Amino acid sequence: MFAFVLRRIGQSLFVMLVVAIIAFSMFRFVGDPVHNMVGQQTSMEDREKLREALGLNDPFYVQFYKFIKNAVKGDFGVSYRHGRPASEIIAERLPATLELSLVAVLFALCVGIPMGVYTGIKKDSILSKFFLTTSLIGVSMPVFLIGILMIWIFAVELHWLPPFGRGDVVELGKYWSTGFLTISGLKALILPAITLGLFQMTLIMRLVRSEMLEVLRTDYIKFARARGLKNSAIYFGHALKNTLLPVITITGLQIGTIIAFAIITETVFNWPGMGQLFIQAINNVDIPIMAAYLMLVSLIFVIINLIVDALYFWVDPRLKTGNVVARST
Amino acid sequence: MKRFFESDLFYSFRKSPVTILAFLVTILIIVTATFANIFAPHNPFDLASLDLMNGSMPPAWYPDGSKEFLLGTDNQGRDVLSAILYGTRISLLVGAASVLFSMVIGIFLGLLSGYLGGTVDNIIMRCAEVQLTFPAILVALLVDGIFRGILPRDAHDNLAIYVMVFSIGLSSWVQFARTVRSSTLVEKSKEYVQAARVIGRTPIFIMIRHILPNVMSPVLVIATINLGLAIITEATLSFLGVGLPPTEPSLGTLIRVGNEFLLSGEWWVSILPGVALAALVLSVNLLGDWLRDALNPKLR
Repeated sequence: MFAFVLRRIGQSLFVMLVVAIIAFSMFRFVGDPVHNMVGQQTSMEDREKLREALGLNDPFYVQFYKFIKNAVKGDFGVSYRHGRPASEIIAERLPATLELSLVAVLFALCVGIPMGVYTGIKKDSILSKFFLTTSLIGVSMPVFLIGILMIWIFAVELHWLPPFGRGDVVELGKYWSTGFLTISGLKALILPAITLGLFQMTLIMRLVRSEMLEVLRTDYIKFARARGLKNSAIYFGHALKNTLLPVITITGLQIGTIIAFAIITETVFNWPGMGQLFIQAINNVDIPIMAAYLMLVSLIFVIINLIVDALYFWVDPRLKTGNVVARST
Repeated sequence: MKRFFESDLFYSFRKSPVTILAFLVTILIIVTATFANIFAPHNPFDLASLDLMNGSMPPAWYPDGSKEFLLGTDNQGRDVLSAILYGTRISLLVGAASVLFSMVIGIFLGLLSGYLGGTVDNIIMRCAEVQLTFPAILVALLVDGIFRGILPRDAHDNLAIYVMVFSIGLSSWVQFARTVRSSTLVEKSKEYVQAARVIGRTPIFIMIRHILPNVMSPVLVIATINLGLAIITEATLSFLGVGLPPTEPSLGTLIRVGNEFLLSGEWWVSILPGVALAALVLSVNLLGDWLRDALNPKLR
């Protein structure tokens, strides 16, 4: 187990290194950093001085070392557009994205698992077939289209929920603003969270369904029935528990996808999160923001992957003996 | 031809009404979009034919709609139906070209990786793993963003289609490379490859003429499935405003532009291109799923 964990950490470090090289190259080769900082009137000598002061004439490896050193401290320089440190701007936008993603994941789990269990147990009922067909159509729809349809139906036609924005937020301390504590904040969360979580929900539903179908055929379920256990005890105590391993894997890995798709959802709903910031940064070629976002998102991905691997050992004690090859993804 | 109609593939096609429907819808969309200049009732790019008096007209089934504009018009009097047909043409073009591009990269790297093995294999597969850590859409966004930085602003709009094909293609080569690599590993040790090596064929020749034809069928399945994905990715990027410009609108661009009128109740300008996009992607996906199952010997 130790060797396995060590290898995974090595892989994660490698991913971070590659991402750091990409982020660094963006700084160096996309546009001229000096040109992005100075005004039109700056003379060539001043530019050259600034270039020297910024260390842009140093050899490649020295610059890369400095970049890594600053990146570890969270320093990605000053945003070309906003004129403030990139990490500060991202930190401001982080709570909005994390709250949205959290609610989306909860929605996907709390609706997807029961639907999966239901369609697994009653696989021939009309409702199950309806769920499966709708989920197939849902998977084929682009996220932004689902968002627009939601806005059209629930905000424009029915006037039930706000079409965009985050509602009223409450500042918790210096770093966190939350929309959980106000009615308008909660109402504003509903549409974006469903849009963002819908795809994962259908995925989890299909996964739980196929695992349930498989587990319900096994001997120990027959034995549990023979013992005269109640149906609910069999389905939830015995069967569902054994379907959770792949659900954990997929949910964990999907959190990365959720963060990526948050870019889209945030743009559709004008949600002031870091995904929207990233799109604006791409449009304005604001490299510090792009680099900081890239590094942060990669870090989140890598940490999630590590946690998912660690969870395996916790959920499936058989793995601890080392006899079973870990189901790597 | 007779052989085709008697094949298992055609049999499984005939037995699945959903697939036949998906096939018909796909053909309908491809034909009308390809010959958009014939089928479209108006030319949405001909500024002279636009009349502001026709602006913001609802679809024909509304009382104040007109038969001349079946699906209504946008605020500048552009016919929505024609815009959809022309937009679908661009969406299909970009989708197909980027799948082709990622297929070429994937096959090339997969063959190299599988046939040569060793360090080359290691490097290519490590790159693939790093890329797989990230969702394709993020990779495509990043590549697109980098291009925005490198190219001057006005050049970017003219090259937008190529940039799009390149970004989407680059974001999805991994699946092709992995599949080709694993099939190549199997084929490499077979006798015909050894025979070719013995008679002195060069590695390049063996890879392309001998191995490639034998690894193509899974590649074609992946390509069909990825076509739907590529169309979605293109539409998403265009919707986010970093894809194709309004001068060359794809379905995604149309939806983005129309989205501004959604809140004022003119739903048809954005929802109808969205329906077209969903119909296209759904039928392509259904075809892809069918092809995958039909070509999978385990499911027969």
